[in-house]
This record gives sequence, C-alpha cells and structure tokens, in this order.
Amino acid sequence: MSMSDDTTAHVEGDPATDLGTGTPQATWPLYEVFVRGKRGLNHVHVGSLHAPDDRMALHNARNLYTRRNEGVSIWVVRADAITASSPEEKDPFFAPSGDKVYRHPTFYSIPDDVPHL
Amino acid sequence: MSVSDETTRLATASTPDGASDAPAGLERELEDAFEATVAGEGRVEPRDWMPEGYRKTLIRQIAQHAHSEIIGMQPEGNWILRAPSLRRKAILLAKVQDEAGHGLYLYSATETLGVDRAELTEKLIDSKQKYSSIFNYPTLTFADIGVIGWLVDGAAICNQVPLCRSSYGPYARAMVRICKEESFHQRQGFELLMTLMAGTEAQREMVQDAVDRWWWPSLMMFGPADGDSPNTRQSMAWRIKRHTNDELRQRFVDMTVPQAAALGVTLPDPELRWNDERQAHDFGDIDWTEFTAVVKGAGPCNAQRLAHRRAAHEGGQWVRDAASAYAAKQARREAGEQVA
Repeated sequence: MSMSDDTTAHVEGDPATDLGTGTPQATWPLYEVFVRGKRGLNHVHVGSLHAPDDRMALHNARNLYTRRNEGVSIWVVRADAITASSPEEKDPFFAPSGDKVYRHPTFYSIPDDVPHL
Repeated sequence: MSVSDETTRLATASTPDGASDAPAGLERELEDAFEATVAGEGRVEPRDWMPEGYRKTLIRQIAQHAHSEIIGMQPEGNWILRAPSLRRKAILLAKVQDEAGHGLYLYSATETLGVDRAELTEKLIDSKQKYSSIFNYPTLTFADIGVIGWLVDGAAICNQVPLCRSSYGPYARAMVRICKEESFHQRQGFELLMTLMAGTEAQREMVQDAVDRWWWPSLMMFGPADGDSPNTRQSMAWRIKRHTNDELRQRFVDMTVPQAAALGVTLPDPELRWNDERQAHDFGDIDWTEFTAVVKGAGPCNAQRLAHRRAAHEGGQWVRDAASAYAAKQARREAGEQVA
C-alpha cells in the first residue's frame, strides 16, 4: 500500500471550465483513489485513474483496484481538488513540531519500579 | 497549496531541464540531497526535486513497461474465444484483465512524473516508444498460453520482484501490486502445462513445441548482455534497477531448470548444464541478431500488434467522446438545477 503524498501534479487544464460548452474534452480528468481494505482500517491512497465523471471514476476504481477483494469502500477525488503541502516547504512547514520533545512520553523519566506507567 | 502546485507543474511540464533557472549552488545542493536520499535507500516521491536524467529514465522505463502490459493482452487474448473449457476461459479472461490493470497502474505511476497517459498511448502507436519484444511472437497453440504463464510471466517476475524496491515510490508501489498478481499468472500456466503433459502424446508434443519456441525469446526478455547495456550502470546507481540483466537471466535459468524437469519437458539448449564450480547453470549463447531484429520491428507480429492497438484506440474514440458528452450534460443539468 502507499503513502499519501503521491497525488499527481497533473498537467491538464481545469476541465471544469469546459463543462458549459458541451464539447467533449480531449482527456478525462484525473482522479486519486483511496481504498478501505477492511472495516476498522483507514482509507489508503492506492493510485489514480482517468474518468469522465465521478460515477465512472468510482466504477473504474472498483474494476482496477479491487479485483481481488482488496477493499470494502472506495473514495475517488478529483486530483485538482486536493490541496497539498509542497516538498520545498517541508522543513519550515513541519518545523513547529520539531522542537517539542515534551509531546512524547519518553521525555519524562519515571523510576523503573513504578508500575503501569 | 495551489501556488506550489503551479511551480511543480511548470518545472515538470514546460522546462525541459527542470531546475535550469535555479542558481548553480542551489541546484548542487538539491542534487546532493537527492543523491543522499537514493544512496541511503530512501524513496523519491513525485514532487521531490530530481535530476532530469532520472525523470527521463523513469518515464522511458515505466512507459515501456506499461506498453508491454497493454500489448501483452493480444497474444493471450487470441485464445479467449478458443479456450477448451469454461474454466480455462474464465482464467484466461481474468489474466488478460489483469494485464490491462497492470498497464493502468504503470501509466498512473508515469503520470506522477508529469506526462499524460494519452500522450504515452500516442507515442506507442506511433512507434516512438517501445514495448517488450516477447509480445511480437505469435501464440500458435493453446499450449502457448501455458508456456507464456510459466516462462514469460516467470521471467517477468524475476525482473519485477527487485523493482518493488526501486527508488521511485510510485513505481515501487505499482510493482508490489503487480507482483502479487503475477504469481497467479505463473501458477495457472504451470498447471495448464501439467494437465497437458498428463494427457495424450499429441498434447505432450504440443507442450514441447511451445517450450522450444518460447525458451530463447524468454531469455531475451532480460535485455542485452551487461557489456551491451549502456543504461544499466546509471540506473543501478540511481537504484531504479537493482540487478544487471545477466544476473537476472542467470537467476531465471537456475529457477526454471528444475521446473522443466518436474514438467517433463526439455529446454532447447544442448549447452545447458549444471556448473558445480559456479553453483549455477551454464547455458548457450543467445542469438542477439534475432533480438535486435525483433526490437527494431522485424519480429513475426510487430506490425500486427501495433495495427491492432491503433485500431482499438481509434475505434474507441466515440465511446470516450460519448462518456465526456454525457458528463458535460449532467454537469450542465446540475448547474441548471442549482440556479432554479
């Protein structure tokens, strides 16, 4: 299974702006697919696909990513609707949590003979 | 954030050299960080900075791999309507459907590098990108279906298992998924052959004939000998590839020999024998003239495979148009209802 940050920086124009004209688009929009493997687990990003609309994206995702009972629930999200942090700002963006060691249980020293702590 | 998305988009889509406008010092720093990540067995993710050569190599390799899966549907699809039983037909259908799925996982991984699937399809049918030369051989009998599963998918597994640790995250993850499914492909092929071998003399001859035809092309699937594979060194340094072509070929031969014995077929190589000193099998020379000819388009089925792929793509255009038109109409209706 995959990590969450390989949403595609996709290169097409925004298809939503073409919707009013009724002219078919050259390429279908890109969707990111998330699958819940079984009840009790989170949805996890598994990949992406192209589809003309949300419903077909869901059907395509079922056919592509759950051919062997890999999931009990699927989310599809238009890739251009995802807001992501950028790799360039990785350090400053996550820096606020970097120096707060007191947020971790290991920060506190407790005598070994105190039980259940 | 959409602003940073925009910069990524510009870097990947419009400038051929992603970081050429960055100051030289900064680029050096980015490159060092990249090299350190790769050398430390870290994973590179889509929007990370990467050298242009790394991106291009990945696009070429993953696209070629995706095209192979898609073209690979044809030799097997040839037998779906003539499978000898409902059981074999259902299995073959599932397998060919898997190949389509593998192609799509891989196109999806390629798209994370800033190229578009439609563009890759165009390049395939215009012969500007390659696919594995193995699929330019015809499937003459139903035994070929078994031998493709056993040898061709077996060779693919040898190639692909190490790619699950490839340095590019989306490629490695696609390979994990693919390898899980390839195991079914190989086992169904072997079982098919065992069934034929337990049948009549004519069926056993059919299996041996298929093995004779597919053995050498299967060995060619690993690509040119190490001395003639100019990209291997850089790809290994970047951890895109994990083993050389010859290493993988040797591993495949060593794995396959006992399987052939269990099946009761002869591999068509008089020089094939165990070398106790090397603890590996020696085998005969590959006919690289044939390999080069097939790669360059002179194989038995090259023209047919591409013509078929083009016909399927162009023949499907009205379906894609209709789906887009329907989506546009529904969106207009929804927008109208909201106004009303």
